[in-house]
Amino acid sequence: MGRYTLRRLLQMIPVFIGSTFLIFFMVYALGDPVAALFGDKAPDPATAARIRKDLYLDEPLWRQYAHYMGQIFSGHFGTAFNGQPVTELMASAFPVTLRLTLVAVAFEMALGITLGVLSGLRRGRGLDTSVLLLTLVVVSVPTFVSGTVLQYLFGVTWGWARPSVSPEAPLNELLLPGVVLGLVSLAYTTRLTRTSIVENARADYVRTAVAKGLPRHRIVTRHLLRNSLIPVVTFIGTDIGALMGGAIVTERIFNIHGVGYQLYQGILRQNSPTVVGFVTILVIVFLLANLLVDLLYAVLDPRIRYA
Amino acid sequence: MRRGAPYSLRARHSVRAVVLIVTAATTVTACGGGGGGSDAGVVRSSWGDPPNPLEPANTNDVQGGKVLDMIFRGLKRYDPRTGEAKNALADRIESPDQRNYTITLKKGWRFANGERVTAASFVNAWNYGARIDHKQRNAYFFEYIEGYDKVHPASGGAPTAKALSGLRVRNDRTFTVRLTQKFSTWPKTLGYNAYVPLPRAFFEDHAAWLRKPIGNGPYRVRSYAKGSVMKLRAWDGYPGPDKARNKGVDLRVYTDSNTAYTDLQAGNLDLVDDVPAQQLKFVRSDLGNRYINQPAGIIQTLTFPMYDRTWSGPAKAKVRRGISMAINRAQITERIFQGTRTPATDWTSPVLRRQGGYQPGLCGDACRYDPVRARKLIKAGGGLPGGRMTITYNADTGSHKDWVDAVCNSVNTVLRNDRACVGKPVGTFADYRNKMAGKKMTGPFRAGWQMDYPLIQNFLQPLYYTGASSNDGHFSDTGFDRLVNRANAASADGRAIAGFRDAEKILAEQMPAIPLWYQNGSAGYSQRLSEVALNQFSVPVYSRIRVG
Repeated sequence: MGRYTLRRLLQMIPVFIGSTFLIFFMVYALGDPVAALFGDKAPDPATAARIRKDLYLDEPLWRQYAHYMGQIFSGHFGTAFNGQPVTELMASAFPVTLRLTLVAVAFEMALGITLGVLSGLRRGRGLDTSVLLLTLVVVSVPTFVSGTVLQYLFGVTWGWARPSVSPEAPLNELLLPGVVLGLVSLAYTTRLTRTSIVENARADYVRTAVAKGLPRHRIVTRHLLRNSLIPVVTFIGTDIGALMGGAIVTERIFNIHGVGYQLYQGILRQNSPTVVGFVTILVIVFLLANLLVDLLYAVLDPRIRYA
Repeated sequence: MRRGAPYSLRARHSVRAVVLIVTAATTVTACGGGGGGSDAGVVRSSWGDPPNPLEPANTNDVQGGKVLDMIFRGLKRYDPRTGEAKNALADRIESPDQRNYTITLKKGWRFANGERVTAASFVNAWNYGARIDHKQRNAYFFEYIEGYDKVHPASGGAPTAKALSGLRVRNDRTFTVRLTQKFSTWPKTLGYNAYVPLPRAFFEDHAAWLRKPIGNGPYRVRSYAKGSVMKLRAWDGYPGPDKARNKGVDLRVYTDSNTAYTDLQAGNLDLVDDVPAQQLKFVRSDLGNRYINQPAGIIQTLTFPMYDRTWSGPAKAKVRRGISMAINRAQITERIFQGTRTPATDWTSPVLRRQGGYQPGLCGDACRYDPVRARKLIKAGGGLPGGRMTITYNADTGSHKDWVDAVCNSVNTVLRNDRACVGKPVGTFADYRNKMAGKKMTGPFRAGWQMDYPLIQNFLQPLYYTGASSNDGHFSDTGFDRLVNRANAASADGRAIAGFRDAEKILAEQMPAIPLWYQNGSAGYSQRLSEVALNQFSVPVYSRIRVG
């Protein structure tokens, strides 16, 4: 297990370098960001040249990348155009998005697995059909639609929640945005759990457990659910990374100043240190979440071992 | 079974954790909400994240300018109602020859940290702003002061002087300025934010100043969380006549103007100064007379690449005028902009008012929709180059696609050719600016000009004078340049404005840029506020707003 983890961690290095280079290249390909800093007015060439030199933008791409990676390994992520160090932006943005993601995942796990188990056990009956229909609707409605509609209903019409989240982003204000963010994943979790339960409900070990006369709740939670959770855990694990990066729409609707907001600003202003820095952290989160999922398999199914 | 036990224990733990989180979260919701109290008397206003650090000579965007206007007062200030440049800190600005100016300050002005505002506060600030080492985006505002080429060499190399030779401190309250050329309206430009004085703290601990700017205006910065909120509070020691009528202003950053608008409807926000396009249809029924829609100092044009042979030349002036006549401005401003733009009939803005140089109808027939004459004129000029034209715009901000398509549609209908005009989007604004700077435009492109100060000079010289800083179409006409120079040298105000109008008439003949429409500022506010107004820059006049 230890060696397996180590090998996986080592594998992350090329993935990390490759992905940062790709992002760096893509932001670079968008063109010269300095011109846009001057707004609708043409930049003064001398000032623009100085800013470019300061930001290493006058160097060839590979030198810029080498300089940037050198900085990263010394823990320095560069400076955004408004003069703030990118690490400072990260320190304010990541906790907010992490909280938002946790709300979304908690919601998705609690409701998704419960619904999935219930409908899986009652396959073909009324509950199952309505859950399937409902999830289909949820999947087909884009986040910005469900977000704005729920925001308007809860925030303006009924006044139960604030339509926008305050800068400190306390957990209670993140409930509604978290639900919106987790909605689509919730539908997938429900459907995955249901299918898995249906499949395993006919397995030999379930029949044995029933034959032994074990109580029903014990069969369901211990035997059936635990074996059915592997695909669900895989999905939720990778979903954490996707949710953090994909919060861009939800964060915009609810004015949450998290990762999505910073990424959006970074892309709009072509600020490569911000974009590359944030995506780098997201890549790491993604890789670690994947590793965690793989390690969790052994917990769920002891037959899976790591060499 | 024995093996399963520890895992199930763990599972139970995690279930308990989830339950705990959910209950904790719901209990917090129960006591949350509301929470006004400390906000009494404070205006909660929407804000955009300024792209640059908040320094006077480095701030060239509306959002940053908003803050500077609250925490600073300069030599002059533009009357928020009339746009007239009135003395603020300046007692007198005198000149015998339109080139050498003597500026005397009023007594009794201080910065919020107690330091006195002296002549040196201005001279140091201007020297800082002009010097190339400080990379200030507004450095070019000092280009008319003698010695600018020494502190800000055009080559971008090292400066050969530390300070502008044209600036001299005479005594505590007096300094003199020598310009490189005659510039009669120069004193009126001094209301711009780049010219405000700076306290010693700015130079001594620059980083600390940026975290919490100190100025001499009616408001003080209480706290500034970059990218999310700036809290400003009224400064009791403010010596000026325009003290704040409210207790303060909270500027909250919104990424999306739709969210700000929703917050206004829900009562979480008092003031939005950018009503989103999607809401314009409903804004009157939502807000009634708490919706403001008034002209701002912004004009939008279609500018031609005069460096491109196919678009320049005497015959092509006819084509350019013909295209202008083929655009149905009235219909587009009504249908697409819901009346938040006004069809343009000159190259300035209504906020200048007639006494300031605005002259409706100066463009003449060329800005009137006339399909028959448009078709004739374009034909007489040899038709569109290659029979087709494109309108280039940036697609990332401002939803320009809608109106560009509408303009093309209008031209196509007039020419009875579906493919005569098409929009040509460029992905990002930066790329768009690069294409413009690199003279890579192959047809007309969208251009917008937001004035720096309410002067007719500002609408003409930077945009159409040979080699001027924002002359993106690279228009050059000796007659135009001569008239601008003469207007700048005029000693009387009225003569200067008449001179600029004469220069503007050359634009009407040559049509290097087609005036499209004047942009309005739009704002909406909550029932808590009264006496809300926008100035000519479409920025709310915060100090006049009353709360409750």
